[in-house]
Amino acid sequence: MSEEIIQSRRRFLTDGSKATLSTAAVVLLAGCGGAVAQARMDSDPAQDAAILNVALGLEHEAINAYQIGAESGLLQQPVLETAVLFQSHHKAHRDALVDAIRSLGGTPVEEKSISEYAKELQADTIGSQGDILMLAARLEKGAANAYLGVIPSFTDPTLAQVSGRLAADETMHWTVLASALGQQVPQQALSFGA
Amino acid sequence: MKQLFALALTAMVFHPTAAAMAADAARGEQLYGSRCAGCHSVEVNRIGPKHRGVFDREAGTVPDYDYSDALRDSKVVWDEASLDAWLTKPQDFIPGQKMFFSLRNAEERADIIAYLQQVSE
Ligand code: HEC
Repeated sequence: MSEEIIQSRRRFLTDGSKATLSTAAVVLLAGCGGAVAQARMDSDPAQDAAILNVALGLEHEAINAYQIGAESGLLQQPVLETAVLFQSHHKAHRDALVDAIRSLGGTPVEEKSISEYAKELQADTIGSQGDILMLAARLEKGAANAYLGVIPSFTDPTLAQVSGRLAADETMHWTVLASALGQQVPQQALSFGA
Repeated sequence: MKQLFALALTAMVFHPTAAAMAADAARGEQLYGSRCAGCHSVEVNRIGPKHRGVFDREAGTVPDYDYSDALRDSKVVWDEASLDAWLTKPQDFIPGQKMFFSLRNAEERADIIAYLQQVSE
């Protein structure tokens, strides 16, 4: 057994309460109430919470991007309705992440003001529905890749699976947006993640 | 069939190393758009800090970005070698950091690093 594993086992033994809470987070996020999820002996709740916190930052940004789009007056039906639906998905992701981070003993990152997000996303360059769709598609693709890219860093494999599920939602959003923009479907396999 | 699958997997996991190949900043820009731009922009702080000028800069020094203590105190200066180590596995390179996003493919790392160097000139 490697020194690292021995050490984290020790940490687990002295830090039982956090590990139990981690199980709670997992159950909650994975949406499978019951016996399925078990925090692993060598899980590191602080590290997992830190990863989820970066993800939460992404969700805050996405929610605000859709808000900026919805308030711009540039979105026509049915695009507006779809934007609001996707925003509601991101809100659900946010709520789940906040609960999970708290359960892991972390402090969820705060949302910034919408004007800060507008500045970050260079919203002043937006002049059409197409611009908004392009921004949203870019963010969704980036988020899908981010969720895939952090998977190997989770110490709790159930959270890694949750990250995969979130990536799937973002990929679904990206696919809809890209097709609304008339963008070509990726010609090569495995274009996401890596 | 099983063997074929194993072969394909091997090909996916073990890409050729970048050592012998010249890094391609244009390809790096594209990769940056798909791999890094979920969290980063060149010009503005977002989930991660902005990247304009990152090359040759000390880590954790962009104003108004809320770094982890570990990165801020790391004393690392970003160059080809340190960026490659960081992107390979940030947590191994600077334990306690908060990026947790890694790039397995050496060639892609080299291209992205070439792009970061370009936006720092
Ligand atoms: C999941 C979100 C996310 C993704 C995707 C991501 N990063 Fe980061 N990055 C961060 C965060 C968060 C930090 C701050 C880390 C800290 O403070 O410990 C960071 C910090 C950095 C830094 C240190 C900068 C400085 O000012 O010292 C570099 C360099 C960097 N990232 C490069 C990249 C590159 C290149 C990519 C794409 C291959 C990438 N990152 C993808 C979130 C991300």
